[in-house]
Amino acid sequence: MTYHPERLVRELDEIAQELRLDALGMIYRRKAGHPGGSLSASEIITALIFHQLKIDPKRPDWEERDRFILSKGHACSLLYAALARRGFFPREELQTWGHIGGRLQGHPDRLKTPGVDMTTGMEGHGIAVGAGLCLAARIKNLSYDVYVLVGDGECQCGVLWEGAMIASKYRLSELTVIVDHNHVQLDGPVHEILPLDSLVDKWKAFNFATIEINGNNMREVLDALDMAKEIRNKPTAIIAHTTKGRGVSFMENKAAWHGRPPNDEEFAQAVSELRRFPKQ
Amino acid sequence: MKKMSIRKAYGQALADYGAENPDVAVVVADVSSSVQTGFFAEKFPERFFNVGITEQAMVDVAAGLALGGMIPFANTFAVLFLRAAEQIRTCVAYANTNVKLVGSYSGLSNFKDGPTHHVECDIAVMRSMPNMTVVEVADAVEARKMVPAVAEHEGPVYLRVSRTEVPVLFDEGYEVKIGKAAVLRDGSDVALIASGVMVSRCLEAAEKLAKEGIDAYVVDMSTIKPLDAELVWKLAAETGALVTAEDHSIIGGLGGAVAEALGAKCPAVLERIGVRDTFTETSLNYEELLDHYGMSVKDIVEAAQRAVKRKDQ
Repeated sequence: MTYHPERLVRELDEIAQELRLDALGMIYRRKAGHPGGSLSASEIITALIFHQLKIDPKRPDWEERDRFILSKGHACSLLYAALARRGFFPREELQTWGHIGGRLQGHPDRLKTPGVDMTTGMEGHGIAVGAGLCLAARIKNLSYDVYVLVGDGECQCGVLWEGAMIASKYRLSELTVIVDHNHVQLDGPVHEILPLDSLVDKWKAFNFATIEINGNNMREVLDALDMAKEIRNKPTAIIAHTTKGRGVSFMENKAAWHGRPPNDEEFAQAVSELRRFPKQ
Repeated sequence: MKKMSIRKAYGQALADYGAENPDVAVVVADVSSSVQTGFFAEKFPERFFNVGITEQAMVDVAAGLALGGMIPFANTFAVLFLRAAEQIRTCVAYANTNVKLVGSYSGLSNFKDGPTHHVECDIAVMRSMPNMTVVEVADAVEARKMVPAVAEHEGPVYLRVSRTEVPVLFDEGYEVKIGKAAVLRDGSDVALIASGVMVSRCLEAAEKLAKEGIDAYVVDMSTIKPLDAELVWKLAAETGALVTAEDHSIIGGLGGAVAEALGAKCPAVLERIGVRDTFTETSLNYEELLDHYGMSVKDIVEAAQRAVKRKDQ
């Protein structure tokens, strides 16, 4: 495993915080979107887009690029902000999110947005689609890796576990699943709506290598992604404990903020809290 | 007339085409021996994936294979694709991935397993999805020729394959073209427009009608979407009386598609043969089951007679 220098971790942490501001601004301006699950995933998406993935903004269709499937497509405000900042499209275009005729749909659309590898938004599909991409790579003798970010509520979908069984049958070590385990879903706490415990044991039982981390800690995210790359013969699941609404005190751990935009006052307060970076 | 298995012809064609095109991959949900993907599996094990009883994930895996540049054929019983309707809509139709869905054991052709395994609404579901092309094959020759046509057609396709054996209707010179119907018999009084196993029944019906002085066109409408509407309009203008016949509900399938086309441009008398908005029953025999649910040759003949009579009213 590579040692990640302090400077890199700090730089990525700063980007993650900037993306939170971008994403929240987008949700505020559009008066629609999903703040909770976008803010929880910022370190993970930042680590992937700005460090881990072998991608080239100038060649979004590059055959050998690593693939990233945001299976929890409702967190797309953060993905769009990340892709824009990484150079896949102009940052001004973020203002057009959800506008008729624009390239940024309410959920990711692979046909419209450069850098979006798969159309998502209906929960549960990412792992099986990722498995298909890995199988294609084997047939075509290509060496890309596939990363799939799922939500924890999403782990209630049957098709997700079907995909997991298929990935482990074919020993798809090229596949890394990251669970944004923020413990809250649309209607309330995950453990009340439909308990998942033990989530780590579930992935183990499905023959995945498992790594459990704090998914809002950039160094832990980077280390886990490195470890996953070294695992042979089986896919990896990184169970990343995160805080829903991370970085905005009144949004943290609140199901109410799963899918509602902030009003003027709330937005002003959120921005001032997010700008108070570095965090305590 | 010699009968040949449609599903076996499909399976063999898939293996033959797999040899020509290294991008073809096959996924199947634990029904390989039924839907005849074994020929392909034997020749190309590295491109064959049996994913167990995971129809939803199978569709997603196929979408992933397509994203990776393959041309995946995803196979299961037609009725079981309904389980994956959302996957098909989101990851195949909307994402416009180059996935080929092969719904085998179509209609009532799995007579012995009963209504759970029959399917009367798959065409209606698939046809209403944007980006989706829907085709059904009428005999073994068409099945064989349809495989390369489907593979080389860019975009999502739903291919409907019957479990049964039917008389061979086409000769080797037949050229399948997606979007183009085949006129198997010329007529003047009425046009019988059919898909799948009902095509050969319509040919039989046309012979009987001829004896009564009714001259019937017989058309194999192998592409149900996009419908060969030009031909439908031409036949409507020429005969004024159409009969559709399909092993599917009269709602939303071929009959529905033809009715929509007629309503849009060239209204004509239309009689629809198919499952009449009902669930079906188990049977010892496919032919009897079709007869029992109003899809007999006699039913087609009577529908044609009614149509001819109605246009004169």
